This record gives sequence, structure tokens and C-alpha cells, in this order.
Amino acid sequence: MKNNSTNPFYLIPYYLWIVLFVISPIALVVYYSFFDISGNLTFDNYKNFFSSVYLRLTLSSFWYAFLITLISLLVAYPTAYWLTKTKNKQLWLLLIIIPSWINLLLKAYAFIGIFGLYGPANNLIASIGSERLQILFTDFSFIFVAVYIFIPFMVLPIFNSLDRINPALIDASRDLGASSWTTFRRVIFPLAINGVKAGIQVVFIPALSLFVITRLIAGNKVITLGTAIEQQFLVTQNWGMGSTIAVFLILFMIIIMMVTGEKGGTVNGKIK
Amino acid sequence: MKDLIRASLAIIVTSGILMYVVSILEDSSSAGGGGTITVFNWGEYIDPELISQFEEESGITVVYETFDSNEAMMTKIEQGGTSYDVAMPSEYAIEKMKETDLLQPIDLEQITNLENIDPYFLDLAFDPGNEYSIPYFWGTVGIAYNPTLLDGQTFESWDDLWDPTLEQEVILVDSAREVIGMGLNSLGYSLNSRDADELREATDKLKTIGPNVKAIIGDEIVEMMRAEEAAVALTWSGQAADMMWINEDIDFSVPEEGSNLWFDNMIIPKTADNIDGAHQFINFMLDAEVAAQNADYVGYSTPNEAAMELMDPEVTGDERFYPTEDLRERLEVYENLGLEMLGIYNELFLEFKMDMEK
Repeated sequence: MKNNSTNPFYLIPYYLWIVLFVISPIALVVYYSFFDISGNLTFDNYKNFFSSVYLRLTLSSFWYAFLITLISLLVAYPTAYWLTKTKNKQLWLLLIIIPSWINLLLKAYAFIGIFGLYGPANNLIASIGSERLQILFTDFSFIFVAVYIFIPFMVLPIFNSLDRINPALIDASRDLGASSWTTFRRVIFPLAINGVKAGIQVVFIPALSLFVITRLIAGNKVITLGTAIEQQFLVTQNWGMGSTIAVFLILFMIIIMMVTGEKGGTVNGKIK
Repeated sequence: MKDLIRASLAIIVTSGILMYVVSILEDSSSAGGGGTITVFNWGEYIDPELISQFEEESGITVVYETFDSNEAMMTKIEQGGTSYDVAMPSEYAIEKMKETDLLQPIDLEQITNLENIDPYFLDLAFDPGNEYSIPYFWGTVGIAYNPTLLDGQTFESWDDLWDPTLEQEVILVDSAREVIGMGLNSLGYSLNSRDADELREATDKLKTIGPNVKAIIGDEIVEMMRAEEAAVALTWSGQAADMMWINEDIDFSVPEEGSNLWFDNMIIPKTADNIDGAHQFINFMLDAEVAAQNADYVGYSTPNEAAMELMDPEVTGDERFYPTEDLRERLEVYENLGLEMLGIYNELFLEFKMDMEK
């Protein structure tokens, strides 16, 4: 009883924070999504969202976010696995994380230079005798830079869950005659699956609404839901439509969280 | 605990001292007693030396902030927060701000330097009698190109941008009205068109330019053209002037079918604190020598006749940037289309970006 009477007091800042900075902004976004440009209550924004432009925009956002997540995963998993085997784990991990401390815009501008027609990447291509290629403003450059940006966020959770696996389990598996592939498939992979799911969540969701690098690196030839939201708020001043797109992003987010969170046998050590 | 208290005290005392120093500095810099004004302008759109000169002459401290679109500027003024004393919106934004009652009438008697302005730029349709706005700069939209990277193509017509030899060479500015406007102009329609069929036709035509489009970006265009990453760009005249300043090969042309003629103007928002200071600032910017120095620095075209006399005749005689009145006849000023129409333009622009032929 004593515990219960003191708890609520300490929880006040937490609840205040949640209400002010999580619940009320979402409520405001939902609220605005029901108003058209002249301030009338309407469902038009939702109808408009299902017009072909926004639906195709959603599909293409999903496609690029999927590619970015898949490639990040393909690169990050082996990296994380190898990290757990090295001697100076923390040092290597730090080296992978440091780039994520640098501002996104700075990284994007750096890549404009690197991928430019006369940049280092093309100098390399030219030095082996090939013709200079258009790298900047292509699908390739967009996905490459996005993967580069997201990799630390994918490596970290996978590394943590791989690192937590009790080595005795792997030894046991090998002792019982499993090949290293079987050990990976039946022991390591299932035990680290929560890290993979967490990684997918932190990469896929922001990738859906990337907008700075769609302009700087893809030259607006790739556009995502983020581009559309930015345009609605800043240029068209149609807060209603912008909010509606944001509401759908939130919905997609919830769905992704449910899909990637559900099947896990243990979450934070508790059996579901 | 003791350490914690000591540390907090140290922080509080340090902040206090710093604040005191700041207040002393502010007092001494505004010794003339003119107070401060907050100027809200486009990026790279004033010679910073002129701000210091104004501060010295008038004793008013200038707080200078920048914006990157008319819309962002209006939103910030509307929301209050900072009380801006002078801002530099484009003509259609002024129409809109007039409608929403965001503007303070300007007392023309205090703007004695108004006589320096070419009468062509006074009393325009968006602000009859210059009740609310004073011309700052003007310009056009056109095509910047680098002949050294091309095989002799010229750009007398918008259709020249569709030339198949320009594959992956054209950069467009990331702005709905300029790009849709180019589509409309190339078909001979007005760039203020509100006709759904005309807009559809323009968007469909724009989609076929896809293979030539290298990118649709903002201010990065200048750097791309300078570095010869691209040969051709749809851009504003002033941006083209910036490019030509650093890469002399670049040329600029305004296509025959017509294009946009725009005016940026100084206004005083309704929320201004120091209206007197704002008038002084506007008048200062219209001074012939000041305007000439500013135009040299910024590279856009000045409406200030007296200033033009002080400038290099090679610059002011350049018809690419100072088109004659005959040429100006072919150009159109943007009308305020209203939010709904602006929304349609932007949705078409989004559709164009998505459906460009690859």
C-alpha cells in the first residue's frame, strides 16, 4: 500500500510529458485532418488521400522504404555478428555509431560532392578507364545514402541481442552435432530475432517519410510521404491535407509495430 | 548534494553576469536611442555592410532574420512570436497579406527617396498607390545555360528544353508555380491559368520532359551549374546572375512565349513594434548609393533609377537582366490564385514529379 501511495506523485512528470508531447500533438494532427483549406469540417481530405496521386505516392514510399530496410538489414546483420566476435567490441561499435552524431544535412551535402560528375566516386570510375556516370540524382544514390544513414540504427539493436546470447547455448548446439549453419538457423537467429524486429522498426518507419535526401540526393525524382507533408504545410498551407497524410503515416506505423512486435515469444524477458 | 548546489549556483551566477554584459553591450550599440528593428528577408538578399552602415547612421540596432519562401514568411508573421518590422515579400504574397490584414500602411511622406524609383515599378496592380509596399528588387524567370557543355543549342523557346539531345542535362527549380508556369507558357497559356483543361494539358506536356530532367532542387542549382554538373537550368534571373558571377561561361535567356515578371517589395507588417524605425530603414534602402551597392552585391535587378546611373552601364544595359519595356510586355506577373488553386497547382506538381517519363 505504501508503495502505491507514493508512486503516482513520481509519475506526474512522466504523465505530463506524455500528455503534452505525445498525446496532444497526435490529437491535434487528427483534429486538423478533418478540416479543409477554408476551415470547414469535412472528410474530403480522406477522400482525396484515396485519389490516385496519394495512393501511388504511398506505394512508392513503401517500396523505397522496403528496399532501404532490406539492404540495411543485409549489411547490418553480418556486421553486428562480426562485431560480437571481435576483441574491442565497444570501440568498433562506437566507430559505427559516430557518423549518426553528424547532422543529416551535412552528410547529404557531403554526398552531393562525393557523387558529383567530377567528385571522388566518378574520379575513381574515370581512373579505371570507364566513362563518368550520373550517380547523383538516381535511385541508386538515394538508396545508398539512406542505407548509409540508417545502418547504425540497424546494427545497434541486432548487436545487443546477439551479444546477449549465452555462448553456452551455441556450444551445446555444436556439441549435439549441429553444423554451424544449423546452429545459426535454429539457435542464434531465433534468439536474436527481437533485435532484428527492433532494427526494422527504427529503419522502416523513418524511411517512409524521408524528405531532405529525396530532394538533395534524389533530386525529387523519388518522392515520399514526407515530401508531400512538407509541401502541404509549407507551400500550400493546407494543414488539413498535410495532417491527413500524417494520420495515415501514424496508422502505417502502428501496423508495422504490430506486425514486427506480435510474434515474439519474449518481450523484455516476459513471456507474452 | 553540496556539490550539486554549488554547481547550480555557479551556473546561475555565470548566467547572470553574462546577461548583465549583454545588456550593457546592447545599450552602448544603440546609443543613438533609435531602439531596434527586426528585418525579415530572403537569404543572400542584402549586402550585410549596408546593415552596419544603417546602424551607424541611424543609431538603430538591426536584428536580421531570413526566410526561404513567401509562405513560410507569412506563416511566421501571422503567428506573431517575433514582431518583424520590415519584410520583403513578392507581389502575390502582398495581395494575400492585404486580404488577411497583415500589413501596416506606409507613410509615403517619410519615404523621401521614393523619387529615385522608376515610375514603371510604382502603383502596380497588386498595390495601387503603393499604400503598403515599396519596390526592392525585380526579375524574371528564364533558362540559365552553359554553352561550353552544349552543342550550340539556344533557348529562345521553352520547347527547346524538350530537345532530345539534352538528356539528363536540365535542372528545374523546386517550385510549383515556376514549373507548371513553364508548361503553361510553352503552350501559349497564361501562367495564371485557372482553367482545369489548360492545367491538365500543361502537366501532361511537362511529364514528357522527364528524360531531360536531371533534378528538381532549390538553391543548390547555383552550385550545380557552377560546378558544371548540369548544362541547363530553369531558374530566377537573380540566381542566374549568381551563377554567371562565379562561372563566366553561363548565359541566361527569357523564352519568347513569355515568362514570369516578379517584384519583391519592402513592407511593414501589422505586428511591427518600431514603425518609425521601419520607415527609416526603407528610406535608407532607397538611397541611390545604397541601392546601387546592394544591387551589385545581390545581383538582382534594381527598380532604382538613380542607383542605375551609378552602376556599371554594362550591368544595367544587359537586356537579359534589365529587359526593355517592350520585352516586359510579354511577361506576366503572378496573381494571387487563392489557396485552393495553389493547392491544385501543387498537386499537379506532385503528380508531375511522380509520373515524369524516365
